[in-house]
Amino acid sequence: MSGDHILSVDHLSMRFGGIVAVNDLSFAAERRQITALIGPNGAGKTTVFNCITGFYKPSGGTMLLAHDDGRNIHLERLNDFRISKQAKVARTFQNIRLFPGMTALENLMVAQHNALMRASGLTFLGLIGAPSWRSAERRAIDLARAWLERIGLLDRADDAAGNLPYGDQRRLEIARAMCTEPALLCLDEPAAGLNARESAALSELLLAIRDTEGTSILLIEHDMSVVMEISDHVVVMDYGVKIAEGTPQVVRDDPKVIAAYLGADEEEAIAVMESGT
Amino acid sequence: MSAPPAAASQASIAPGAAFIFKKALISALVALVLFSLMIGVRTEAGPQGQLIYWTRFGDLAAIVGVVFGGSIIVELLRQWWGPVGTIRVVPPAMQNALSIAGRLVAPVLLIFTFLVPVIFYNQRYILDLGILVLTYVMLGWGLNVVVGLAGLLDLGYVAFYAVGAYSYALLATIFGLSFWVCLPLAGILAACWGVLLGFPVLRLRGDYLAIVTLAFGEIIRLVIINWQSLTGGPNGVSGIPRPTLFGIPLTPGENGLAAKLGIEFSPTHRIVFLFYLILALALLTNWVTIRLRRLPIGRAWEALREDEVACRALGINTTTTKLTAFATGAMFGGFAGAFFATRQGFISPESFTFQESALVLAIVVLGGMGSQLGVALAALAMIGGFELFRGLDQYRMLVFGIAMVLLMIWRPRGLIGHRAPTVFLERNQAISSDLVKEGHG
Repeated sequence: MSGDHILSVDHLSMRFGGIVAVNDLSFAAERRQITALIGPNGAGKTTVFNCITGFYKPSGGTMLLAHDDGRNIHLERLNDFRISKQAKVARTFQNIRLFPGMTALENLMVAQHNALMRASGLTFLGLIGAPSWRSAERRAIDLARAWLERIGLLDRADDAAGNLPYGDQRRLEIARAMCTEPALLCLDEPAAGLNARESAALSELLLAIRDTEGTSILLIEHDMSVVMEISDHVVVMDYGVKIAEGTPQVVRDDPKVIAAYLGADEEEAIAVMESGT
Repeated sequence: MSAPPAAASQASIAPGAAFIFKKALISALVALVLFSLMIGVRTEAGPQGQLIYWTRFGDLAAIVGVVFGGSIIVELLRQWWGPVGTIRVVPPAMQNALSIAGRLVAPVLLIFTFLVPVIFYNQRYILDLGILVLTYVMLGWGLNVVVGLAGLLDLGYVAFYAVGAYSYALLATIFGLSFWVCLPLAGILAACWGVLLGFPVLRLRGDYLAIVTLAFGEIIRLVIINWQSLTGGPNGVSGIPRPTLFGIPLTPGENGLAAKLGIEFSPTHRIVFLFYLILALALLTNWVTIRLRRLPIGRAWEALREDEVACRALGINTTTTKLTAFATGAMFGGFAGAFFATRQGFISPESFTFQESALVLAIVVLGGMGSQLGVALAALAMIGGFELFRGLDQYRMLVFGIAMVLLMIWRPRGLIGHRAPTVFLERNQAISSDLVKEGHG
């Protein structure tokens, strides 16, 4: 670990009534790297995501986001849309949440809302059709067009997002998140439901985002081929706690991970966990 | 699911026809089973209390025949107007003609509206009806921003209409301000009330939002009734000044417009003036809405309707987005209210009942949520149609109800259910109504 963390999660806890979904979780995501968060179903991965992206307010702990320009932002102090607007953390969803009745291009335009809102002088300049607004709109369309080209959907730009095939929708959702120009991109199971060819294309896209955009990526994934191929760092969770972390190779050989993740039954897993701690 | 091009639809005539025939046959069969006892056999108690019955197979055959034929007609009509992508039996030439006609509807309607005062100059009734229809077109367009674009169900829209009307009436009668000063003030005041309503309902969705907006509409009306010292209570406000053409009154006197132009005075001048005034206001509403749709705020409204959670993940402030939708819709309602006050010269709380809200909402839903042309057509059909059926006396509501039920069966997403994209790279193609969300609160 180089120590250049874009996101440092410290002692994060999330309780829903009596249920502890995330218990004292600490991990870090490194800058310009892909960090994977894996674990069996119900391990609390999506809860961690919802805490980071402001959909839940954590019961305890801190999440520090260190921007390239030296700004440090405590994510637990922001909420809701401000996480994306101010902290520049974008996310996708486990069950795709595009705007199905809007075209692929419109989806990417909505993602640039905050930048365009400023350019349109809070609507007033836009309403009178000021030249500054027109050029800003053209630039936004160009950015959207560039992303559509990268995800191979340029010829379907004017089709409704809800009409696109599943794999295309997944990629479009990632492109939409990228149009907010995030510092940290959080992907919730981006390869779910994709076939082998589509997952390979997805891996390529994510690596390209990391290398050319310099965006740090945090992802939850069940598809081990994707995780092992693209992750620089893997964090394994089970029952709301971290049970292992390290490079994909290290994690793959960890007995606790094998017990928890790769099919040992519950009692065995607990036995392994207890012997480990 | 790409729409079949002309060649494909030619090839699909046979299965389409077979499908329609089969459907009609099934409908006829159901009708036969259903009506064979209800209509086919008539029973009655005889003079000695015994059961006598006779058959009416002729009537039964007629009913089944009507169902069969009607089913074919309904199916054909559905394929004409129906959603993109269905198999079409209608020949491509006819389809093209229809699509061209569809594109011409808006400009033809607009030109016709401009000419109405010229064509019907001597028919006061038609001019008044035109003004009424245009008022509802404007209200529909205003509510369309809230319900159609932002997907926020508002059952209390009449409150803003009332705020606008009373703003003008009170400012004009108490402070003597002119219509042209009061018009923007009425809009601003209504927008403020829109924001005021927006705040408490921000967290509510669906039914709960509808109930609170409904209550808001009633609160405004009850305040107007009970705040006698200001609003005159149930007696209303009378003697509201008529609008002037930028200071020139439309009166018979020496200072009147007629005298200045050197033409003979006619009371119709004022009606025509009012007609063009509401037309201008409605077109302003339309223009602003169309512009707003293509601006980030309008896209955010529609995105909010599609998926609020995704909006938040993209950094869109859903609170201000909802408030701007409420405020914009309310502002147009306020303009329409000010116009209503100046047209009537007298307003009372009776004009602002829930029925008005329901009517405007029905116009928006019937027209197709989000569609400007659809709302205009629906207002014409609702208000104009209501007048058209006046000759039917007590059956008027019945006919009207049946017409609405039929329309909702044919076009469940309104007259114009599809959505036009706000920006496109190459093809400006409509988005099928089954993809567009209605919003959930």
